[in-house]
Amino acid sequence: MSILKSSVEKKMGLALAGLFLVFFLFVHLAINLTLIYPGKEAFDAAVEFMATNPFIQLMQPILFLVFAFHIYMAIYLELTNRSKRSVKYVKNNPGANSSWVSRNMIWTGLMIFGFLLLHLYNYFLPFKTQNISDHYELVISLFKNPVYTFIYVLAFVALGLHLSHGFQSAFQTFGVPREKCNRPLVICGNIISIILAVGFSAIAIYFYFN
Amino acid sequence: MKLNLKIWRQNGPNDKGRMVDYKIDGVDSDMSFLEMLDMLNEQLIAKGEEPVAFDHDCREGICGMCSLYINGEAHGPDRLTTTCQLHMRKFKDGDTIYIEPWRANAFPVIKDLVVDRSALDRIQQAGGYISVNTSGRTVDANNIPIPKKDADDAFDAATCIGCGACVATCKNSSAMLFVSAKVAQFAKLPQGRVEAADRVQNMIAAMDAEGFGSCTNTGACEVECPKGISLTNIAILNKEFLLAQTK
Repeated sequence: MSILKSSVEKKMGLALAGLFLVFFLFVHLAINLTLIYPGKEAFDAAVEFMATNPFIQLMQPILFLVFAFHIYMAIYLELTNRSKRSVKYVKNNPGANSSWVSRNMIWTGLMIFGFLLLHLYNYFLPFKTQNISDHYELVISLFKNPVYTFIYVLAFVALGLHLSHGFQSAFQTFGVPREKCNRPLVICGNIISIILAVGFSAIAIYFYFN
Repeated sequence: MKLNLKIWRQNGPNDKGRMVDYKIDGVDSDMSFLEMLDMLNEQLIAKGEEPVAFDHDCREGICGMCSLYINGEAHGPDRLTTTCQLHMRKFKDGDTIYIEPWRANAFPVIKDLVVDRSALDRIQQAGGYISVNTSGRTVDANNIPIPKKDADDAFDAATCIGCGACVATCKNSSAMLFVSAKVAQFAKLPQGRVEAADRVQNMIAAMDAEGFGSCTNTGACEVECPKGISLTNIAILNKEFLLAQTK
């Protein structure tokens, strides 16, 4: 990444991409909610809109690029950072000074990435390549599979954990004054995490039992 | 009290190094951690063995020379305390204590527990100063009124002693807390504004070149810092960096 020369610029790029993805997730959740309310017709209309609206068509490749950039940069920074300490501590007690979530962003991130691939394979590919007559049915049918629903919920728990650190961390990276803003940002990050994790999971669990 | 010590021994920069077990008896709870190591070294010398090399200077918690990763934490389990100000009353009779050097590729081990922290000096030299002619006609700094809050914040940042605990404790071996303290101590003062853009860019470039990692905001550095340097400074560093891009 020759444009983002310094480590600080790389982190800012990662953070900006992350915040864009949070915005996308809210749009996605709003569409998913139409599965339950108002129901099938609204969902099919939303799918139709997403498949044909020119603005959405423009945003789709941008979204792909942002995902790819966020994942690439996160893995790149993680590997670079790991290479900075060749000899590890014999005894280390990181739990004394930092949260598990903040130290394991790469693992919660990779879990979400794994789920993303599965999700694209299950929905995005059939939507794009096959002539699906009933989108609603395709979505609902997968939630009847207990293994899929379990993986789905697990991925969104990972997402919630990821954002509970990532959201406020992104603002710290942009230099937002910490004294005044940190507490509201942490609270806001936690609320966003809960809305997204519970929102997506609840829809899956609802259809599993109904 | 009796203690079991597990200490990193390494004969020089090229030696592989290993943990060595020592037993020590008669440690007084009022001793400082370094006095306990002095006692161990006296016993080792009496036995004709090589004493354990470790850094120390003022032993008053202000010089930044002492280090040591004690039981998995920089400067040991106490907060806002350097290793020289850590007292043995924080440990119990029969405890096993792991003592290791700061671990980061940017801090190569010189011998045993002594590491080379000159990378921090080189970052400092890249911009951690103001260029003022001190030929004798210098204007008194107190002639320039500065809001109390700004002066206090600058002073808080300036209390960084450059010990490197932030790097040692960071999972990424990042020196961001150190660099941010050095940038922030000038950021709010009029004398520091003149070279602010160059300072932040040059110091970050030096930090990257010295082989430190990047910050992931875990906050471990702030907790382990013996001077309580706040994570706020890292936000200030990032903001200064963004501002510098507009210049």
